[in-house]
Amino acid sequence: MLKKLSIVMSVIVLAGVSALTGCTSNPDPSKPTIVIGSQGYYSSEIIAEIYAQALEKAGYAVDRQFRIGPREVYLPEIEAGRIDLFPEYSGPLLQYWQPGTTARLGDDVYAQLQQATPPGLRVLDQSAATDQDSYVVTQAFANQWGLVAVSDLAKVTTPLILGASSNALDRPNGPNGLLSVYGIEVGFTPIEDSGGPLTVKALKDGDIQLAIIYTANPSITANNLITLEDNKGLFLASHIVPLASDNVDEQAASIINAVSAAMGPGDLIGMNARSVNDQLPAQTIARDWLTEKGLI
Amino acid sequence: MDYLLAAFAWLADSSHWTGRSGIPNRLLQHLAVTSVVVSIAAVIALPIGILIGHTHRGSGVVGAIVGAARSIPTLGLLTLFGLGLGIGLRAPILALVVLAMPSLLAGAYAGIETVKPEVTDAARAIGLSEWQIVSRVEIPLSAPVIIGGIRSATLQVVSTATLAAYIADAGLGRFLFTGLKTRDYAQMVGGAIMVITLALILELILAGIQRLARRISHPQLLTTTMKRN
Repeated sequence: MLKKLSIVMSVIVLAGVSALTGCTSNPDPSKPTIVIGSQGYYSSEIIAEIYAQALEKAGYAVDRQFRIGPREVYLPEIEAGRIDLFPEYSGPLLQYWQPGTTARLGDDVYAQLQQATPPGLRVLDQSAATDQDSYVVTQAFANQWGLVAVSDLAKVTTPLILGASSNALDRPNGPNGLLSVYGIEVGFTPIEDSGGPLTVKALKDGDIQLAIIYTANPSITANNLITLEDNKGLFLASHIVPLASDNVDEQAASIINAVSAAMGPGDLIGMNARSVNDQLPAQTIARDWLTEKGLI
Repeated sequence: MDYLLAAFAWLADSSHWTGRSGIPNRLLQHLAVTSVVVSIAAVIALPIGILIGHTHRGSGVVGAIVGAARSIPTLGLLTLFGLGLGIGLRAPILALVVLAMPSLLAGAYAGIETVKPEVTDAARAIGLSEWQIVSRVEIPLSAPVIIGGIRSATLQVVSTATLAAYIADAGLGRFLFTGLKTRDYAQMVGGAIMVITLALILELILAGIQRLARRISHPQLLTTTMKRN
């Protein structure tokens, strides 16, 4: 009985291991094992999984450390050399290292980011795909007050309440930034699901008027939400950019650069939609996209 | 250790003790949520538990429901209710009521069920109605166990009520979420210390009430122990 059980257990374990490594070739022992991390955000996990599968295809062993919370938590781990490769967002990453930066446009942000990256780390080529914080309102609210850009919020005479995760409280994108850059005063309601379904529900119910939702979030179009144009440059351009340690060698870097070059803004929204609407796992979404682009 | 010292420094800072998001206000909100939740759950669960204990019917089914309900993750339930009810305190209160019910239900029916049949039969023999047996014999005799249920439910709710801050600007959980997400770990640990302190105070009060109830409902137990001493 025990023997049978142990056979069953080992079959399960083996199945699990082969599922993790996927259909890739065996890792080449001469190549370094690359530790890849991702944020606790489904879209970040998809990109990290794309990196992982592309590297595995080339014979690298990959250690996946996905869904490690917000930047405040994982960046110290990367700086300490415990993670080798991480899909990052250029603007917020630059702001982490240089909170007072004045760069706003994509290329300026990237150039400054290359300067700001500490020794032992480097940013690889940035992708055309972007995903950034944005202020969104409902279609009805935008129509009622004629809102197109963030500065139009000055026309609203009723009290405005911003709903977002608590990290907006001390990041430049929160009530403080709105006041200092746009001169607009807003109340704050914490909703800790990072622009997820509870935030969308609160917007539709009118419990909040303004929410911070990522631009590549498919729920913006699915719920007819309006993204207000950031006409005074509160938000930095936020391109997908891989942050890599010296453990990522030249060959690995060129593989990841090819991935970044192939990924456009529409690709990202499309993959996010497959995750949110079809509930597909990151593995499947990543494999399908890499296959479609001929990268694996 | 550094975090702990920083947390006490955070607690000692007088500017954290005033205003809408000051410690006293958050503490009151937390207490209010806890008492509302335990009251609602008690009004629902105690009569059901007492009825089951008295009739000795359905305890198997309720045991199974209680066991299953205990394994429901409160954060998942909170999100589910939040999607229906929107942000604010309604969804957290509902989710916490579900959390509090099993302990209350178990305390009530287990307490009533342990009253010896000889006692209830004797009460019936001297002409007490079923309602009088419940209210004058069974509830007083099982009060310590029923209060024990209230005590464990309160402890669970007061510590889990931090989740209310997930979708509402209320309670001591605000310090935990804000501290965690803005890397202000002194605030996070300070908030946690407040929750622990509140839980311990409530625990002490309810344990005192439970002891008092035991002394009133079983005076003979007390006298025998006293004689032994």
